[in-house]
Amino acid sequence: MSRHFHFFTFASPPRFYALSGFLIPWLYFVAVLTGLIGLYFGFFVAPTDATQGDAYRIIFIHVPTAWMSMVLYLVMAGWAAVGWAFNARLASMVARALAPTGALFTVLALWTGALWGKPTWGAWWVWDARLTSELILLFLYLGYIALVESIDDTRRADHAGALLALVGAVNVPVIYFSVRWWNTLHQGASISMTAAPKMASTMLTSMLLMTVACWAYAFAIVFVRTRAIVLERERDADWVLALGRSRSGVNV
Amino acid sequence: MKFNGFLALAARDLRLAWRRPVDIWLPVVFFGVAASLFPFGVGPEPQTLRQIGAGVVWVCALLSTMLAIATLYASDYSDGSLEQMLLSGHSMVVLAAAKALVHWMLTGLPLVLAGPLLGLLFDMSSNGIATLTYTLLLGTPVLSLMGSVGAALTLGLRSGGALLLLIVLPLCIPVLIFGAGAVSAIDVAISPAGHLSILGALLLLALVGAPPAAAAALRISVA
Repeated sequence: MSRHFHFFTFASPPRFYALSGFLIPWLYFVAVLTGLIGLYFGFFVAPTDATQGDAYRIIFIHVPTAWMSMVLYLVMAGWAAVGWAFNARLASMVARALAPTGALFTVLALWTGALWGKPTWGAWWVWDARLTSELILLFLYLGYIALVESIDDTRRADHAGALLALVGAVNVPVIYFSVRWWNTLHQGASISMTAAPKMASTMLTSMLLMTVACWAYAFAIVFVRTRAIVLERERDADWVLALGRSRSGVNV
Repeated sequence: MKFNGFLALAARDLRLAWRRPVDIWLPVVFFGVAASLFPFGVGPEPQTLRQIGAGVVWVCALLSTMLAIATLYASDYSDGSLEQMLLSGHSMVVLAAAKALVHWMLTGLPLVLAGPLLGLLFDMSSNGIATLTYTLLLGTPVLSLMGSVGAALTLGLRSGGALLLLIVLPLCIPVLIFGAGAVSAIDVAISPAGHLSILGALLLLALVGAPPAAAAALRISVA
């Protein structure tokens, strides 16, 4: 067995299965650790906000989940496109595994946003550009899931989903730039690549820690789901049959 | 050569549709009936109806376009002629464009013509009705084009109609926002030029992007 790694080494389902099985516990560990530290910093160390009081602290969940919802959509569209272009079935499996997690993060972002909006804006929901485009993102996720689940032929389903995900990917820049393009109630960007952040450093640290936590969690759960999809699709392959026969069983 | 193919396909579809008048009348009748339901729901107060009129007309236009689009490729697919067209080596982009054009002529154009009548039912101002007609003229082709991509993706599936709505409607929401928004702008004495420009941009984007996407989707669905 060659020990040389090249670009497509882990495009092979059994190798991916082995690698992800190794990584998942570590990813969960990182997620829980950074999550606990981030939440502690966010709720007990970061100062009270001058205008919003303590209600602002939901930012430590709202912003990371919103970022993840956008990033996961682009990653999903990217892997689905790779699966379509190279006929790489593992890439399409990863895309399918990403969709429910992305949808979940979108729901969390919308929900925590509503919980934040009620005490600060006085309304659970407003139809401003940012909220509306994030809601459309949720519909796009649900549409992708519905489409790939409705088509029985897996290859056709994967490729159709890739096309749909690519067409919908144009919504993500709209969400991101909506606070700049429109006069919205939602606040503008406090963190940018080109200027100093407009928030206290402890707040920023907590938010970044929570982002790492969400990212590690997303990796872990997407790997778990992908492994399930791999086993389902490759069930007639020798390595899967051997796994089923072995005494140690299947490690999730 | 490609233009001849385009004309031939469009003429074929028009001829086929002409033999089934119900397919032409159904969307526009649905449009009228659905829009007329709203005064029963929200009450006949003219002030309220004037405010919601543009939005109601646009939502009903969206739904009636989607009603008709589900069967865009269905009859050709079921008798095998779509597969023959794919195998023929001719451009599928031309086919997708021709089908979308015919769909718009048979569904969208009647909506554009029926729009002013509904505007009168909702007691809209004449400027409002004119703007509404422009927005329908610019927006309904976009709906037909985006719908054709969705129809190609969901070709032959059991869950067809509802699935098509679910995947196409989120993509058509910008058209709805700017179409209804243009008429709202008129009501507050702002020029609708910005909204109409964006609708025009969406139309150009759809004209360039949708036929190749639909062609790719047809290859995925049929092959």
